[in-house]
Amino acid sequence: MYKIKINVYLRENILDPQGKAVNTALHQLGYNEVKTVRIGKFIELIIDDVNEIEVRIKSMCEQLLINMIIEDYSYTTEKLNN
Amino acid sequence: MYPSSEEIKTNSIYTQMGLNNSEYNLIVKHLNGRLPNYTELGIYSVMWSEHCSYKNSKNQLKKFPTTGKNVLQGPGEGAGIIDIGDDLAIVFKIESHNHPSAIEPYQGAATGVGGIIRDIFSMGARPIASLNSLRFGELNTARNKYLFENVVKGISDYGNCVGVPTIGGEIYFDEAYAGNPLVNVMALGILKHFEIQKGVAKGIGNSVMYVGAATGKDGIHGATFASEELSEASESKRPSVQVGDPFLEKLLIEACLEVIHHPKLVGIQDMGAAGLSCSSAEMASKGNVGIEMNLNLIPQREKNMSAYEMMLSESQERMLLVVEKGFEHEIAAIFQKWDLHAVTVGEVISEEVLRLFHNDNIVGEMPVHSLAKDAPVNNRESKIPEYFLKNQCVNYIPNIQHTSIEFLWKKIMAQPTIASKKYVFEQFDYMVQTNTVKHPTQCDASIVRIKNTNKAIALTVDCNSRFVFLNPEVGGKICIAEATRNIVASGAIPIGLTDGLNFGNPENPEIFWQIEKSIDGMVAACHAFTIPVIGGNVSLYNERSNTGAIYPTPIIGMAGLIEDLKFITTQKVKNVADKLFIIGNTKAEFGGSEFQKMMEGKIFGNCPDIDLKKANLLNSSLIKAIREGLINSAHDVSEGGIAVAVAEKLFDTNFGAKINNCSNEDDIAFLFSESQNRFIVSSKFEKELVEIFGDNIFLLGEIIPESKIIFGDNEIDLVELENVWKNSIEKCLKN
Amino acid sequence: MKIAVLVFPGSNCDQDMYHALKNVLKQDVEYVFHTQTSLSAFDVVTIPGGFSYGDYLRCGAIARFSPIMKAVKEFAESGKLIIGVCNGFQILIEMGLLEGALMRNEGLKFVCNNVDLRVVNNKAKFTQQYQENQVINLPIAHGEGNYYCNNSTYEQLKSNNQILFEYVNNPNGSMHNIAGICNKAGNVLGMMPHPERAVERLINTIDGLGVFESFLELKNQ
Repeated sequence: MYKIKINVYLRENILDPQGKAVNTALHQLGYNEVKTVRIGKFIELIIDDVNEIEVRIKSMCEQLLINMIIEDYSYTTEKLNN
Repeated sequence: MYPSSEEIKTNSIYTQMGLNNSEYNLIVKHLNGRLPNYTELGIYSVMWSEHCSYKNSKNQLKKFPTTGKNVLQGPGEGAGIIDIGDDLAIVFKIESHNHPSAIEPYQGAATGVGGIIRDIFSMGARPIASLNSLRFGELNTARNKYLFENVVKGISDYGNCVGVPTIGGEIYFDEAYAGNPLVNVMALGILKHFEIQKGVAKGIGNSVMYVGAATGKDGIHGATFASEELSEASESKRPSVQVGDPFLEKLLIEACLEVIHHPKLVGIQDMGAAGLSCSSAEMASKGNVGIEMNLNLIPQREKNMSAYEMMLSESQERMLLVVEKGFEHEIAAIFQKWDLHAVTVGEVISEEVLRLFHNDNIVGEMPVHSLAKDAPVNNRESKIPEYFLKNQCVNYIPNIQHTSIEFLWKKIMAQPTIASKKYVFEQFDYMVQTNTVKHPTQCDASIVRIKNTNKAIALTVDCNSRFVFLNPEVGGKICIAEATRNIVASGAIPIGLTDGLNFGNPENPEIFWQIEKSIDGMVAACHAFTIPVIGGNVSLYNERSNTGAIYPTPIIGMAGLIEDLKFITTQKVKNVADKLFIIGNTKAEFGGSEFQKMMEGKIFGNCPDIDLKKANLLNSSLIKAIREGLINSAHDVSEGGIAVAVAEKLFDTNFGAKINNCSNEDDIAFLFSESQNRFIVSSKFEKELVEIFGDNIFLLGEIIPESKIIFGDNEIDLVELENVWKNSIEKCLKN
Repeated sequence: MKIAVLVFPGSNCDQDMYHALKNVLKQDVEYVFHTQTSLSAFDVVTIPGGFSYGDYLRCGAIARFSPIMKAVKEFAESGKLIIGVCNGFQILIEMGLLEGALMRNEGLKFVCNNVDLRVVNNKAKFTQQYQENQVINLPIAHGEGNYYCNNSTYEQLKSNNQILFEYVNNPNGSMHNIAGICNKAGNVLGMMPHPERAVERLINTIDGLGVFESFLELKNQ
């Protein structure tokens, strides 16, 4: 079994109004050191050990989990005991 | 491990669940001397909480008239039902979600919407509209802004997704709600008479089926939580706030509305407050039968859930059904179509007990009536509060010097309670289902048409809690009278109401006095207008140790019938040929008014007087005038007085008005007093209106083609005034 | 002409679309549940608004894998007409029948209101009843209607006259005020505003009629 942690974020050139709003809010709270905020989402999968696991994950992401027009992603794979 | 029955008794553990000694002893008596175990105690504690049993308010609620020739279902089921002819009936109810919203405003408000919608479709009706009545502290603290924005977002996200239009509501801001905001939601459904369902278990051997979301640990003790004062400690109860899933609810609506047409469905009830405990006990009690359930069969979201947790969970979007034995798979197949799993978890038995099995042991066995019907009723002590007596001797007349009328007019339009709620309203899908004829910026009430008929329903939610605080009895009358005016001004005839009664701690005699007196006032008004109360909700303990109790807030949700679409009447003036008239008398009455609040920063004195007989007479006269086609627009005069009502009649039109003081009072009282029983109408039929209204009608002025209000020497630019009104809430949020 | 109204779990404008076509426009209409696999009986397919699959993950992302969608794709390829409104537009985009993406409104809030739209191209199968540059008023109700596409796609949309409607006052941050587009072949329409909510004077404007009458007119040609 593997735990796959996928981070989804808006592509760099895409406006992120949510991140902008949070950036402003942090500044209002006095955290002026904050330069940019980008907000994305986090998806966690627990999957069985299968062949070509990397290929399968990539295909899951690109077929369903990610909208490649506006989003990008990265992931980490962690082997679970038992 | 839970404490044993003996430990519960010895260490009085029941007090932690909000049960007192005598209630504990009564439970032992109901169990024929056996000491309740922890699970049973938990079930009794939620079933006997105010939220489920109305134990503190039952004696007061009895005073309401609940019957009428069109009432098909009064209080006691998920929601009340009123016949509207053509073999159709409307179903509606209001419900509060105050405590959960105070802790987690987004989910609290969202699940409030979900809960009341389930009440509607569990009766067999398609939910076609919802309204909300919201109260927050002033929009000048980060906390109040946070609560406000997130409650609105919670309602928006849930209501929009579930596809029930949010067509109206009211929002007040007052320091009295700073620690304890109020979130009351009303929903309306429509059904054909034969589709009416009841939450009843019948037929020995029939199956009890569970459908919807799996049971998790969320919301455990929610009903008890709602029956306690909020404190710092309740912040730590945060895990008990439920999370809503509007998508699942939408599937449940469609599936349940299919299932009700299956002849083998016996009963259906929403799992709301007190979840599985309440739905099973109530269904059994109503059918004078018992229910046996195997808790191992309950769909569970977490591993190793205890019987106690399952019975007390308030996970959302769940329904309990009783189905004729042998037809479970047919019912399950309908749910399956909507990706929902219906599972048989128990059966109807003749012995009138709720018997629970878990891991092959009996973990609970309680007489159903003792849970559902025979909760102890408290007669609380009542005492006239000092503040009330003091206020009776105060006659407040504002002292206005060196302040222009124009300045005051703009200032009152900017008060958040008066200001446009566009910011909120635009976040709600108020048009989905394509029935929304008018929303409340166009009409005093919100109006939905009934497809395939020439009829429409007018709905309003209303409560001026400042008046109720200053004088609960008169204030109670005013709440209902004002709701009738909203309904009547839109061209409808009031046919029924639901009440959302929000108060502080009933154990405080002065609070109980507010409950008692405001209900007396409402009851008098129900009789005066001949309007039945077909259901409602009681929310007590709305107070915080540091900020005190909320204003007594009995919110009236009222429905009116428009028998012909041509009677629909809007607020807005239509043309310059019409004249403006005031119906009803204006006196200098400022106690509890928006003007007093604005000038003094607080409210005091006595609230305006109300003559119910006259109110009813003016209502019927206006209905007559509308039906005779004499009225081009009508608007109730309420918060902010004539100044606000005139402005609202002109906003969003291209017209202005030239008006004059047609009362015996000074200009300030004429413009800003909140005397009751008043409407402003526009019409060209002066003579005919005088015939109908006699000396209760006054010529206010004329409509002009320029965007300004001319009042004596004052000239107010309507564009400026409208901007102040429209932008005020967003301005408060930004500051 | 026979028209299908697709129903996904979470669709909530399906009944509105049905009502508009059936009771107002007096057409032959049928609901088609997402588990069905054939659309051969139909001449036009409408994909209504709502929150298919709760809009979870992304609006329209899950609906595109419903059993009926294979038939929808073939329907589009055969040149027959498809209209996606609001969530229907989002689904068409997710399945690649229309280009671009619909993102969260710039104001971060759901917006329900009536807005003015300009008919940019009145030669399309869905707009021929309108005048060129006619300003119409239709309701919107969405949280994720902020249209985005890259520059080359935009140039292509423009040069092929695929932009049918644009907002007069942009309510959601959409690129170039885009409110509705069609595919290159001109038989698939996606739009955020709700024409089906604007066909009866009692409840709204009747400016939505043009969309439906445009393609119904084709039948008579």
